[in-house]
Amino acid sequence: MSVQITVNINGEDVTREEEPRKLLVHFIRETPGLTGTHWGCDTSNCGACVVLMDGEPVKSCTVLAAMAEGHAIRTVEGLERDGRLDPVQQGFHELHALQCGFCTPGMLMTARALLDENPDPTEAEIRTAISGAICRCTGYKNIVAAIRWAAEHPAAVEQEA
Amino acid sequence: MAITENPPSDRPIGFGRLKRKEDARFIRGKGNYLDDIRLPGMLHGAVLRSPYAHARINSIDTSAALAHPNVAAVVTAKDLETLGLAWMPTISYDTQAVLAGDKVRFQGQEVAFVIATDEYSARDALPLIEVDYDPLPAVVNARKALDPDAPLIRDDKEGQVDNLASPTWEAGDEEAADRVFAEADVVVERDIIYPRCHPAPLETCGMIADFNPETGQLDIYNGNQAPHVHRTVYAHVAGLAEHMIRIRCGDIGGGFGNKVPIYPGYVCAIAGSIVAGKPVKWIEDRSENLMSTGFARDYVMHASIAAKDGKITGLKVDVIADHGAFDSTAQPTKFPAGFFHICCGSYDLQAAHVKVKAVYTNKAPGGVAYRCSFRITEAVYLVERMVGALARELGVDPIDLRMRSFIRPEQFPYETTTGWTYDSGDYAKTMKVAMEIAGYEQLRREQAEKRARGELMGIGVSFFTEGVGAGPRKHMDILGLSMNDGADLRIHPSGKAVVSLSAQTQGQGHETTFAQIVAEELGIPPEDVEVRHGDTDKSPYGLGTYGSRSTPVSGGAVAIVSRKVRDKARLIAATMLEARPEDLSWEKGRWYVKGDPETGVLIEQIAARAYSGEPLPEGYEGGLDAQVIYDPPNLTYPYGAYIAVVDVDPETAAVRVRRFIAVDDCGVRINPMIVDGQIHGGLAEGIGIALMEVITFDEEGNCLNGSFMDYLIPTALECPDFELGETVTPCPHHPLGAKGVGESPNVGSPPAIVDAVIDALYETHGVTHVDMPCTPARVWAAMQGRPEPPQ
Repeated sequence: MSVQITVNINGEDVTREEEPRKLLVHFIRETPGLTGTHWGCDTSNCGACVVLMDGEPVKSCTVLAAMAEGHAIRTVEGLERDGRLDPVQQGFHELHALQCGFCTPGMLMTARALLDENPDPTEAEIRTAISGAICRCTGYKNIVAAIRWAAEHPAAVEQEA
Repeated sequence: MAITENPPSDRPIGFGRLKRKEDARFIRGKGNYLDDIRLPGMLHGAVLRSPYAHARINSIDTSAALAHPNVAAVVTAKDLETLGLAWMPTISYDTQAVLAGDKVRFQGQEVAFVIATDEYSARDALPLIEVDYDPLPAVVNARKALDPDAPLIRDDKEGQVDNLASPTWEAGDEEAADRVFAEADVVVERDIIYPRCHPAPLETCGMIADFNPETGQLDIYNGNQAPHVHRTVYAHVAGLAEHMIRIRCGDIGGGFGNKVPIYPGYVCAIAGSIVAGKPVKWIEDRSENLMSTGFARDYVMHASIAAKDGKITGLKVDVIADHGAFDSTAQPTKFPAGFFHICCGSYDLQAAHVKVKAVYTNKAPGGVAYRCSFRITEAVYLVERMVGALARELGVDPIDLRMRSFIRPEQFPYETTTGWTYDSGDYAKTMKVAMEIAGYEQLRREQAEKRARGELMGIGVSFFTEGVGAGPRKHMDILGLSMNDGADLRIHPSGKAVVSLSAQTQGQGHETTFAQIVAEELGIPPEDVEVRHGDTDKSPYGLGTYGSRSTPVSGGAVAIVSRKVRDKARLIAATMLEARPEDLSWEKGRWYVKGDPETGVLIEQIAARAYSGEPLPEGYEGGLDAQVIYDPPNLTYPYGAYIAVVDVDPETAAVRVRRFIAVDDCGVRINPMIVDGQIHGGLAEGIGIALMEVITFDEEGNCLNGSFMDYLIPTALECPDFELGETVTPCPHHPLGAKGVGESPNVGSPPAIVDAVIDALYETHGVTHVDMPCTPARVWAAMQGRPEPPQ
């Protein structure tokens, strides 16, 4: 049994026949060019799969694609606009806030959601906001600093990385 | 003739805080991880796993699974036997069942492999396979594995009559140690467990195997830490020609030792592709990763430490190593307990003796080095915990005791009582830097004030010496393969360069760091140096990345291959400048005439000449490239002083790491930004191991930590804002003066944190020992006088 699902991803409608149980993370990843959203744990603990649904961060491994029908999804590929990096992307590069890069898309989307809601977060607020996402490489110190950098450089920046 | 007047100071330098080249793709979601690869016609595999820790298999019925419309094949041990793939060698000369045929020996063991058109269908088919098991009693506790009535786990091994995995292995001098202990003023004994934990990289393990029956070529896509070694092993296991196997590692989402071994799922994917005639992708889920792939540690240790005249004089250690059901411990062949006998630490001991025996249990195999150089983590944890205990027994400050007992700078190179030759160090200097950053004296005052108010604050100290960069060919091999690494450097006519490595990054920033080494040595801007790795067809042979060996071994290789190119460039430059080679001097990026600095040629001009039709030196073949294999003369010995400040909640026993000070001496730092990042990451893992990361089992061998709901990993809330410092003692034998660093923070931090917990509770609650992880329940029990070791 399959159903037709239409999800708007980064401004474009994506329509496919899918089983109703199809997870959103798989629906996104099976869309050509959109493998930046990662899968890490199945249990909503790691945050590698975080995307924005109507601007709110969700863990796409525990959302059915069918539940995203008619909603707007923004993934890491949707951060860069008109050749300009989002400040969180630039901040992560500036301050060495990534190593293996696997958690990075989820961290970036979590950070974007935080700054959309709270453009000037404290260190404690940043740590709380990203506490649903695991990074195994960086010890979070530079991620926290990178998000602060993005808060202090709110305009999209020229492509440097 | 081209003469340049560019002063060398205008050229980009090599070493320094260069932002990473690899970031550009990762911040855009354009990394290329294993699961991002989709080949035409690709099928998907899933593994059926044992629900029992120990059970005989009576029968396996795959008919219902095969009837599933999307299932292409189901592979069991019987099928593998016809291919000769039922068992595979481990990296420690044991054998491991690829799929269980006779019986299962740990919960989560591989029993059958389903291949289907998609991953959902493959997993749907798993419960359709009927396996008839006869459960057997399980061996879970390493201390009971050798009891006479313990059930025999490895009845597949001829002559195996008990659960001994390897006979007792010893280092040091037992009689000398006994004499030192007899003369000691004070002796302290402890039972200390380094519990089983797991590297848990955020990307799990997996493979795409693509066997082409027409050509006999096997293409493998697989994120692993040692692609060349894996290829050699697959050639042996699958009976395929090594040159017809190509392994490509794309981006790897963390490894930390977990991606060193060869897992049954990999062999299943290969067998599946041979059987199905199509590419087969297999990617494990998180539970499979935690329950079946390489765990770390699981050392049950008994130790005693001796002191005389206020100095540490001797150490005796007796270890039971729990290897699980198959010995797939990662370590050099001649070191069955890895480098554990470096447990004499940073101290000028009179004698030490170490013995280690290993047992089989009904637990997952592994014994990988979780951000650790082959059991040095266990060694450092042991000796530092013992030094902390001794300081408490003597009633002296733990830093004072260390300062009195350190190996002194003038004693280097220093031969330890267990046979290591430490290359260099000034331990007291590094310890003092840590004390200054911490404000140690003030912390002690703060602690006293808080104690008076009923608050529980602890200050923990550790000082580690690591031996990393395995290793010298005459001492170290894995499966007979010397632990050397290659580098291949080609300078193109435009002066741009490609350097190929046998090291394999999993996030360590090799594309940046190794470009910087070439830049430092040749003056070619790092952005003009492309670093290639991860493709066995396009990189030189070598043993890969683990044990903090990339910079010590591959870094040495890249420095030397760059110097070879520089020497060749000198010959060409001499022809270009109409001078003798010996009359030229080098400055970064340029050969010039001695005494006439204005007359010189840039490396890119030399490169252009090397490929041109212009005259070259007599006998010179043309081109500008070189390749080397680097055989390091010794390990490198980084060290560091760590101080942890913790608060223990008197009501809940929850431990919070409030501050962590880490002063590392890893010799010359090629990219200090990347070094700092490595230290941050290792400290977070150390906090995890000390406070929450543990793999435990119930009495029947059920794994109790099979998901991230139960295997807890520190988040941003558990990690403090790390405070780093550094001293630089160049390694005297490394071409760049560098030492490894990646694992130092994981090695050094757990003992500091546990020592801090004990320090918080010693005076008020009389706590002298607590085993990791220091969970609220365990610390609470210790506060009530009931320290509970993990099962």
